[in-house]
Amino acid sequence: MTTSQTAMAQLNTGERALALIGGEATDANLRRYLHGIPGIDAVGLEQRASDLGTRSIKTSSKKWAIDKIISLIDLTTLEGADTPGKVKSLVGKALTPDAGDLSCPRVAAVCVYGDMVLHAVAALGSAHSAGTDAGVNVAAVATAFPSGRASLAIKLADVHDAVAAGADEIDMVIDRGAFLSGRFGQVYDEIVAVKQSCRRPDGSFAHLKVILETGELSTYDNVRRASWLAILAGGDFIKTSTGKVPVAATLPVTLSMLEVVRDWHRLTGAKVGVKPAGGIRTSKDATKYIVTVAETVGEEWLTPSLFRFGASSLLNDVLMQRQKMTSGHYSGLDYVTID
Amino acid sequence: MTRLAVPKTYKLYLGGKFPRSESGRVYEIRSHDGEFLANAAKASRKDARDAVVAARSALGGWAGATAYNRGQVLYRIAELLEGRRAQFVTEIVQSEGVSTAAAFAQVDEAIDRWVWYAGWADKYLQVAGNANPVSGPYFNLSVPEPTGVVAIIAPQTGGSLLGLVSAVAPALVSGNTVVVVANEAMPLSAISLGEVLATSDVPGGVVNILTGSPAEMAPWLASHADVNALDLVGAGDLDWIHLEIDAAETLTRVLQPENGPDAASPSLARVLAFTETKTIWHTKGLI
Amino acid sequence: MSFLDYAPAPESQAVLNLRGDYGLFIDGEFVAGRGEPFQSINPATEKQIAMIAHADAADVDAAVAAARRAYDKTWSKLSGSDRGKYLFRIARLVQERARELAVAETLDNGKPIKESRDVDVPLVAAWFFYYAGWADKLDHAGVGPTPSARGVAAQVIPWNFPLLMLAWKIAPALAAGNTVVLKPAETTSLTALLFAEILQQADLPAGVVNIVTGGRDTGKALVGHPGVNLVAFTGSTGAGRAIARSVAGTDKKVILELGGKAANIVFDDAPIDQAIEGIVNGIFFNQGHVCCAGSRLLVQESIHDDVIDRLKARLSTLRLGDPMDKNTDIGAINSAEQLARIRELTDIGEQEGAERWSPDCVLPEAGFWFRPTIFTNVSTSHRIARDEVFGPVLSVLTFRTPAEAIAKANNTPYGLSAGIWTEKGSRMLAVADKLRAGVIWANTFNRFDPASPFGGYKESGYGREGGRHGLAAYLKPAAGRAAARTVTAAPAASIAPAVASPAAEKTPVSRKKAAK
Repeated sequence: MTTSQTAMAQLNTGERALALIGGEATDANLRRYLHGIPGIDAVGLEQRASDLGTRSIKTSSKKWAIDKIISLIDLTTLEGADTPGKVKSLVGKALTPDAGDLSCPRVAAVCVYGDMVLHAVAALGSAHSAGTDAGVNVAAVATAFPSGRASLAIKLADVHDAVAAGADEIDMVIDRGAFLSGRFGQVYDEIVAVKQSCRRPDGSFAHLKVILETGELSTYDNVRRASWLAILAGGDFIKTSTGKVPVAATLPVTLSMLEVVRDWHRLTGAKVGVKPAGGIRTSKDATKYIVTVAETVGEEWLTPSLFRFGASSLLNDVLMQRQKMTSGHYSGLDYVTID
Repeated sequence: MTRLAVPKTYKLYLGGKFPRSESGRVYEIRSHDGEFLANAAKASRKDARDAVVAARSALGGWAGATAYNRGQVLYRIAELLEGRRAQFVTEIVQSEGVSTAAAFAQVDEAIDRWVWYAGWADKYLQVAGNANPVSGPYFNLSVPEPTGVVAIIAPQTGGSLLGLVSAVAPALVSGNTVVVVANEAMPLSAISLGEVLATSDVPGGVVNILTGSPAEMAPWLASHADVNALDLVGAGDLDWIHLEIDAAETLTRVLQPENGPDAASPSLARVLAFTETKTIWHTKGLI
Repeated sequence: MSFLDYAPAPESQAVLNLRGDYGLFIDGEFVAGRGEPFQSINPATEKQIAMIAHADAADVDAAVAAARRAYDKTWSKLSGSDRGKYLFRIARLVQERARELAVAETLDNGKPIKESRDVDVPLVAAWFFYYAGWADKLDHAGVGPTPSARGVAAQVIPWNFPLLMLAWKIAPALAAGNTVVLKPAETTSLTALLFAEILQQADLPAGVVNIVTGGRDTGKALVGHPGVNLVAFTGSTGAGRAIARSVAGTDKKVILELGGKAANIVFDDAPIDQAIEGIVNGIFFNQGHVCCAGSRLLVQESIHDDVIDRLKARLSTLRLGDPMDKNTDIGAINSAEQLARIRELTDIGEQEGAERWSPDCVLPEAGFWFRPTIFTNVSTSHRIARDEVFGPVLSVLTFRTPAEAIAKANNTPYGLSAGIWTEKGSRMLAVADKLRAGVIWANTFNRFDPASPFGGYKESGYGREGGRHGLAAYLKPAAGRAAARTVTAAPAASIAPAVASPAAEKTPVSRKKAAK
């Protein structure tokens, strides 16, 4: 550990944030801090992401990557039409992604709306890992997902309910309106409050993923600042998107977030997770993300506690690739299950 | 009763001042029919060296001046010359033995040449530079810039004023500074032009005028590492191939000798010969 | 197994169908050379790829004669649009054979396949496409109306981008109507000879392009040949100086693209992650065998330590090894000779007191290899801060103010390129104005495009390649008094002053020479 890391490690989250910001988490102090972070040149960032995307992952590396991708997926259903039956089916898929090959790893978690947590937990039964890496976690979107347009009390109640129902992970949305209008203090305070609401009666916490909705933040500089803000406020993960706006996860956006996570680790020694969500549909795309993680923050981030894919259709494409690698011939959609 | 004339010993024009040659040497300027006109300083290699130093230190200011300003300053030279036509005509008639009419024609053409080149100062860049449509999100622009210090061997034949102006003016347009070796046999125009420049708005050191022997000074200028370009327009009678070889040592840009009445004729190419194209790329990112 | 030890992903060489030996390409045919043939080896394995013919002076004579015949009888008689069509054909054929050319380039040069595949070969095609379109628009090239070709161009190219440098030379030469004798570098002849096959496929008239392989003697014979009208050379400043000397007193037009020691200036407000990438790309692209490489990092003192930490971390992810592997970032050094030079200069760097650092990486046993290396604590007087290393070696210097950065950046006899990293637009433009270099990259580095002129100030050479400016040297302005020296974008415009002088009415007697 470096000296700064040692010093930082002795502080709790709130103290650490205040020490870094250099005062209370006011709009002005946060602005000064966030605007002091080096900017991003979009062309260079996109070029780097594109270069990482040209890595050629073959044979044994590809096999490893495919199983790794599966194990990092938050298998997601976030529809108005979701039902207990749909969630049960999703859980079945999460536990047995490939009915024809039981050696296939399970996904990391299922991700559902708060009112479906109960059903997901029930369907998982003993396979519910409850925060460990042993089984499948239940993640709930909360805080008036996806827009986040509700009072703080409603948002916190949303979180309470989901945690009480057994959610291991909470995927909250930040108030993009507040962020874009410079009310950084409000965004910060909300994340801190949500984090407190993740507390279980036994004193443990549900893992908090902070959705930045990068498509609405629009610029890479905003994404970088929002990433810092979310991490300062105590988010365990930073997540790109809800999947409900036109622009979801992109490789450059995810790269920029990984760079923040890397810098945070350099600064404090603490590890924060990253979750690109929405728009990653193919094994080939997902492999680019795996490469980007490994070459930006290091291979140790390729673990469910530090990296996730928020996806639904991705799983079947990866499974077809997996079947191709096992059998030597191309698979078809009839040979993977729909959830 | 005839008045006793005051014979003059002229000096060099270096860094905006009029020093004697450090060597203390002078040589006689004679008219076309051999009559003594004046003494001129016979510059040495050390004077040439000092001239390059003066030109180098003036470069930043001159090259950094706005194009509009350079144009105004060059035009101002024409204005001053216009007012001193008679003096230049007299000197040209004495030196070159041409008719007064021909001398007037030469002076007028020299003045017009300043005017013509003055007008290029804020235009040459638009004609010679351009945006480049590269495949990618980049701003990309190519612009000419002055090469730096230009050493010139002025034409040694033809009109002594017009030859000098034709060689010096185009180099100044883009912001180069100049060390010029004047017409050896007929330096009066150059000396008088120095006096005009000294009272004009041309900053000291931008034009440095050496009188004396081109054969003696040219090798030192050609091989000088701090000379960026070498205009051999008037070096046709020297061992100019050797000068070009010397210049190659530091990749000095060279213009070869030109002879005849249209030597150093006015052209944009002559301006651009002393420029370097700089291409700037910058990323363009909206997000 | 670590995931980052990516499994081998070798590019297939099946597409490549090489002969055991290659002749010279003269007058449309492959012919034996009169000199002693020499080996071309793969620098990554030191194994022979093919035997290459060695052109002696008589072969050069034959090539120049063929080029002259082709110029007189064929090429100068063709319309611009027909010349353009040949160039378009060549561009297409390069695209069609792109994979093969990339593999051959990597085999012969040692550069990573991803670079030959994604940079070199696509740019080669782009260069021919760009200049193809110029062939029938030369009135707009900037040298006045109805310019003509110069004649036979002698072109000598280096080994760092063998096929790309060929394209930089041949495309504008042919578009302008010249014929060509080109000499590839001794260690990298292969792709030029495959290119000769493409010319045959394209039915380019015999003799329009001739390729003479060989050593320094071959190049010297070509450059000094009295039958050539123009010399275009890319290579070291030393060799360029010799060429400038050798053509002195002749009317050969000369273009020299020589060495560099580019400053890459990183201000404290730089977009730091992109700057790190730019530094890496600036000096480790193509093993640092790049004349415009950003070999001097000038970093603002206040962020020096942070930049070095980040740079070291980034360098540790670079993958050095088999150039044919699609994941290789750093390939082989092109030759034993170049490797020895890099070693010599880096040893001197250490002796002079600079601090040397390289990431841990295993070097293959056979072949020529050099770890990416950075030197910190470098001062401006150190040789590694002044001499062109032409290898994967970065010297790091610091500055405190923009003025100091500019002064240090310009403190070199070279002036090819420079980089500026800052988020402050006005500072970028002001610094760019003051840097004495022909190409300035701001918040990027090592970008090339056929539309963008490239070339140096000072001892980095003269003339430009690329863009409209890249045509100038290959064109002779139309004869006539002022028009001969007129540069204009509009073909018919006369920009000479109304001539009133008696002198102008006399017949010009001088032989006019355009600026070099």
